[in-house]
Amino acid sequence: MSASTLPSSRSATAGAFTAEAFQAHLASLPAGLPAWWIERKRAAYERFASAPMPVRTDEAWRFSNLSGLTLDGFAPPPSVTATPQASIGIRKSARLVFANGRLFSREILDPHLEARGVIVDTLQQALLRHPELVREHLLAQPSRLGSAKFSALHEAFLVDGAFIHVPRGVEVELPIGIFTYASGTGAAVFPHTLIVAGENSRVTVVDYFGSTNEQEVQLAVGANDLYASHGAQLTYVGKQDWSHQALSFQSNSTVVRRDARVQSLNLHLGARQARHESLSQLQAPGAFSEMLALTVAHDDQEFDQRTLQIHQAPNTKSDLLYKNALLERSRTIFSGLIIVDPDAQKTDAYQSNRNLMLSDDAEANSLPGLEIQANDVRCTHGATTSRIDPEQEFYLQSRGIDKSAADELLTFGFFEDVLNRLSSDELHVALRNLIQTKFKR
Amino acid sequence: MKKTSDLDSPAAVELDEPVPTANPVAGIDQTRGDFKYDVAYEFDAGTGLNERTVDYISSVKKEAAWIRDFRHHALKVFRAKPMPTHWATRDLENIDFDKIRYYLAQGQKPKRTWEEVPDDIKKTFERLGIPEQERKYLAGVEAQFDSEAAYSNVKDIVAKQGVIFMNSTEALREHPDIFRKWFGKVIPTSDNKFSALNSAVFSGGSFIYVPKGVKVAQPLQAYFRINAENFGQFERTLIIADEGAEVTYMEGCTAPKFSTSTLHSAVVELVALKGAKIQYITVQNWANNVFNLVTKRGLAHEEAEIKWIDCNIGSRLTMKYPGVVLKGRKARGEVISIALANDGQHQDTGAKMIHAADETSSNVVSKSISVGQGRATYRGQIHIPRRLKGCKNNTECDALLINTNSRTDTYPAITVRGDRNYVQHEASVSKVNEEMIFYMQQRGLTEGQAMSLAVNGFINDLARQFPMEYSVELKRLIDLEMEGSVG
Repeated sequence: MSASTLPSSRSATAGAFTAEAFQAHLASLPAGLPAWWIERKRAAYERFASAPMPVRTDEAWRFSNLSGLTLDGFAPPPSVTATPQASIGIRKSARLVFANGRLFSREILDPHLEARGVIVDTLQQALLRHPELVREHLLAQPSRLGSAKFSALHEAFLVDGAFIHVPRGVEVELPIGIFTYASGTGAAVFPHTLIVAGENSRVTVVDYFGSTNEQEVQLAVGANDLYASHGAQLTYVGKQDWSHQALSFQSNSTVVRRDARVQSLNLHLGARQARHESLSQLQAPGAFSEMLALTVAHDDQEFDQRTLQIHQAPNTKSDLLYKNALLERSRTIFSGLIIVDPDAQKTDAYQSNRNLMLSDDAEANSLPGLEIQANDVRCTHGATTSRIDPEQEFYLQSRGIDKSAADELLTFGFFEDVLNRLSSDELHVALRNLIQTKFKR
Repeated sequence: MKKTSDLDSPAAVELDEPVPTANPVAGIDQTRGDFKYDVAYEFDAGTGLNERTVDYISSVKKEAAWIRDFRHHALKVFRAKPMPTHWATRDLENIDFDKIRYYLAQGQKPKRTWEEVPDDIKKTFERLGIPEQERKYLAGVEAQFDSEAAYSNVKDIVAKQGVIFMNSTEALREHPDIFRKWFGKVIPTSDNKFSALNSAVFSGGSFIYVPKGVKVAQPLQAYFRINAENFGQFERTLIIADEGAEVTYMEGCTAPKFSTSTLHSAVVELVALKGAKIQYITVQNWANNVFNLVTKRGLAHEEAEIKWIDCNIGSRLTMKYPGVVLKGRKARGEVISIALANDGQHQDTGAKMIHAADETSSNVVSKSISVGQGRATYRGQIHIPRRLKGCKNNTECDALLINTNSRTDTYPAITVRGDRNYVQHEASVSKVNEEMIFYMQQRGLTEGQAMSLAVNGFINDLARQFPMEYSVELKRLIDLEMEGSVG
């Protein structure tokens, strides 16, 4: 997509993230971090400060509520001494808990994990012990979906995050859990998850984001980097359940190498306004990226999802399915783009957005796009927006199920074909429960 | 501003005059439109655009003050609006508005018989086969040569029914009571940069009024011809079908291929009052140095139906998204679109459906074919606002890529509010099925023939909706374009 030229008259907006705040942030970092990392943070701050806030004519922000994007009134939060022990009901091989940007606890639950060379640690530790790996993959991919300013803010103010490395040929049976909390009004957090899956390795990571209080005004500017080497199988499940007053930006980047497969499923429940960008780059033959998302939008929530599937090599495959259920006065935006590069023949790409309207006041926007420059491809996309199918409703009612129970069943059924894509039953059940909790509150 | 013709030698250039073909429809085969005659223009607004250009056009046309004011306001809007390159192709930046001639005409009043049309213009249209078609099956014809209609006539039987069919200048002068009410109302001046440009310098086009209950049995046709180099054609069309009326309108267009680019920027407004039906058929075959930037929109009242059938074959860049505002209950809008993009062409087409009443329905079917390095783009907008019920939209876009370096894009935007409506969108991109080609080759067809057959099959269900003469010609053209595209 061609970037629009920005007239210089646009004023840059830094909000609470002034040059002084950035200096204070640098001063708060532990000593001994690599110089290149500090340099990159400085450069990122410059990009952030000089970039304008999105405006109405930015195609990448079409339909977004721009008046809700404010960076004022936030500050790096103090460290906390306790976090809720959220249980999501799955067995795990390791667990990392972050609170207000800092590590709160780290538990390796599978005793063989470290012996097999699997690293589950913080980014700060990884910067010291595995600087080459971090340097190669941390925020190394381009920001192409419109949030370059917020990605730069993330890089500049990133304190700590999760680092997972699975060596070649190692298969991790149980998921690795990462829990990230924001606590206190005005807290700004910058969570990051970096996963490097070595050749022919296999791992599942569950990333949970939540607030200690439902009503605190917070800012979350997160990102992740998923890298699947040749033949690796990486499953990533993100659950966004920030405070109902939070403003959230999340930029996810996935790189899939030869014959590797990445499955990501993002569940969007929390925040007042949440923007989620997801980039998948299929870089070598046989690469497969499956991009799944489920959103339950209620009240005045806005979920703004932007995706990009780039097929850079022949014989690659991507499959995207984003489902939104809209209640009350909520809004959703889905903007997806499939790009097939000129040489990426035999591409198989799919993109689908389904919106279930459960309220007469909700609004669903759908922008499913394609840019195809190779001819021997199979690319399709579809988008539908509708209410519960009256025929299905009638069928259930004719079997003696009352209308509200029928609607609930059909709504859960709407999500079920996404959840079914997960190979772990335990995870499937856990996610289903989480959705139902939100539905019933 | 001068009223001379010193730029053009009055003598016609020697041409290898081929015999006008028996082809019933002009302008589909690109080669058929690629000729020009030198014409002595009586009226010429010069090169470039400013207030004086607008005054010149308005004075020549002896327009009412309100039209002149409308033009001046539009010029301001045009200047204030930026090029829409934040979403559209940068190729737009290659249009040099200072090098375009905005008004060229040989006379002010269209002729009612072909005998009266000056020879140099008449032979152009004869070569394109227009008079012949008129005799055969059209209820009325208007033939525009550069800025003004050279010929305009409607058959007596249709005129007796009260159907008005004339160019924009005549219509605004003779029937302001009918046309002023809707002029610029469906597409406001400020809709986009090019609708503003058209509003400032518009000339020619068809204004049609079909009275209550009148069903015009045969189609009305307009033919647009660009003859001069560096020229901009800005016709303005307004069709009003009164309650229960029905009308089909067809337009065709050609231009010779010049080394410099030419601009065509029309505004077409349709108004279908209660229960009326308008079908608007376009076969666009400009030479492929023409920037074709057209705004087309219809307003459908209660139970009315507006159908755009749009076929884009020519031009360097076409940007055209016919739309329907579904204003009345049970109104229906449809866009059927075929685009063929060959080397050096970008067909950026689509549809816009704005639902504004309950139980309105819309249907968009778009098929594009990219050949060689051609690029076809679909852009769509579907909008269903709050508190409506029973609205339906169906959109299908299929793209066919012929060569390895062909390109296609799809950019739909769909907004739905509320839970009582139903919208579905589907798009696919594919190449011609190899097994299909193999099967046909095995039955003795060459690869080129097999390819033509497959491509014709791809658009067949849409081509059938065109008048027979057009669909036959379309098939022939595809055969021509497919020649040499394989191997």
